[in-house]
Amino acid sequence: MTQKPILEIRHLQKSFGKNNVLKDIDFNIYPGDVTSIIGASGSGKSTLLRCINVLETPTGGEILHNGANILDKKNKITDYRAKVGMVFQSFNLFNNMTVLENCTIGVTKVLKKDQATAEQLAKQYLERVGMLPYIKAKPSQISGGQKQRVAIARALAMQPEVLLFDEPTSALDPEMVGEVLDVIRSLAQEGMTMIIVTHEMAFARDVSTRTIFMDRGVIAEDGSPDQIFKNPQNPRTREFLSRFMNN
Amino acid sequence: MSTTLPEGFLPKVLFLAENYGPAYLDGAKWTLIIALIGTLVGCLIGFVCGVIQTIPIDKNDNICKRCIVGLAKAILTVYVEVFRGTPMMVQAMLFYFGFIQYTSYRISPIMAGLIVVSINTGAYMAETMRGGIFSIDKGQTEGAKAIGMTHFQTMLYVILPQAIRNIMPQIGNNLIINIKDTSVLSVISVTELMFTGKSVAGTYYTSFESFTIVCAIYLTMTLVCSRLLRLVERRIDGADSYDLATTDTLAHTSGMTNYPKPSDKY
Repeated sequence: MTQKPILEIRHLQKSFGKNNVLKDIDFNIYPGDVTSIIGASGSGKSTLLRCINVLETPTGGEILHNGANILDKKNKITDYRAKVGMVFQSFNLFNNMTVLENCTIGVTKVLKKDQATAEQLAKQYLERVGMLPYIKAKPSQISGGQKQRVAIARALAMQPEVLLFDEPTSALDPEMVGEVLDVIRSLAQEGMTMIIVTHEMAFARDVSTRTIFMDRGVIAEDGSPDQIFKNPQNPRTREFLSRFMNN
Repeated sequence: MSTTLPEGFLPKVLFLAENYGPAYLDGAKWTLIIALIGTLVGCLIGFVCGVIQTIPIDKNDNICKRCIVGLAKAILTVYVEVFRGTPMMVQAMLFYFGFIQYTSYRISPIMAGLIVVSINTGAYMAETMRGGIFSIDKGQTEGAKAIGMTHFQTMLYVILPQAIRNIMPQIGNNLIINIKDTSVLSVISVTELMFTGKSVAGTYYTSFESFTIVCAIYLTMTLVCSRLLRLVERRIDGADSYDLATTDTLAHTSGMTNYPKPSDKY
């Protein structure tokens, strides 16, 4: 690769007490990469994603953002987080704000842009996810799929360099999964850099440029979706995928 | 103004109301003023204490920050325990007579009463606020952190507005308790409603009749306040419905209350 990586994860470790959830994780994220992370529950996928955003403080290793270690105390964690968007399984929209306010608050308060610019940005991305008509609604008044689309618009309004998805469709009713996946798919086509933790295997296979299979806190296999899904090398990967792909 | 007391319960009540109405109302006025200001200031004290109590301390934070936050939390715990653990009447007497005895400043009973009610309410509200902040789902904090908000911004824009909404019923409780409990301030001769009632009762030896009036006024004040607080709560909650912000006329059939003009740009 000639491009410089946006994120470099170096020997990342995370333990909760004696429980080592992540053991020596190493990988790079390049601009335009759509990386899907798959694996069984408890394999450390979500923890890895939360460590990348420092919602969990890693217990070892380094995370380099454009070459600077963000775990170093000199670097401001809030500036970094503003550039790395996150979409949660449980949406986490601000319940006290309307759809529009959810998308503008970060732009005005964190990026310090004026209200008009923020609203314009927010509306642009809300339109992108098909939620523009709902700008006056409160999160409690819209459906799960709609909430998740607003959450994506909120993250996009910050104009992040990377977008992290933590099982974005796991809390949704089956009929709402499609609308959220469609939005993510179209972002992938536009070249947005994304890391997606998901249980939607078919989606991971179709949308990503790279797939990481995690098993018991390590990267068991890392390669193109074709390679992982059609010709997995690791027996654990084969076992995991056979459970998913056969039904 | 007739000065002879009539016979019978109802005529006596009417007589007192007619002759001492303004005095009762003046007492009620001070009761309300002390209760309202005391609750308001108490809430502010409580909010600040609650926020300080919930500052997270991380093992990685520097020693200076940990010491300051730890010390502040310890002081607040003592404050809360002392003021929740002693009767307000005793606090009022200690504060007022102590102040008069040991300082040269002549504090007025009303000022002393205001301070005691505020500090007392603050101690209760500190715990309520702490509970309110803990009641907000952790996901809200994570959502705010994930877009780069600082702890202070997260609190100010996301957590506190929701926590305060959740503790509104408790704020209402405190206001109503304060309206009633300012009656103990009569021991430091604050001329609130209870003090007025006692004075009038003493003038004509009409305790039962006078306190009937006092009772009715207290009940009126608390009922009105609890209704008003409900209105405030509903105001905070906002509308039950929302309008679709669209100029697509096909969407207008789905029960919209305000039709935006096609010229309105969203």
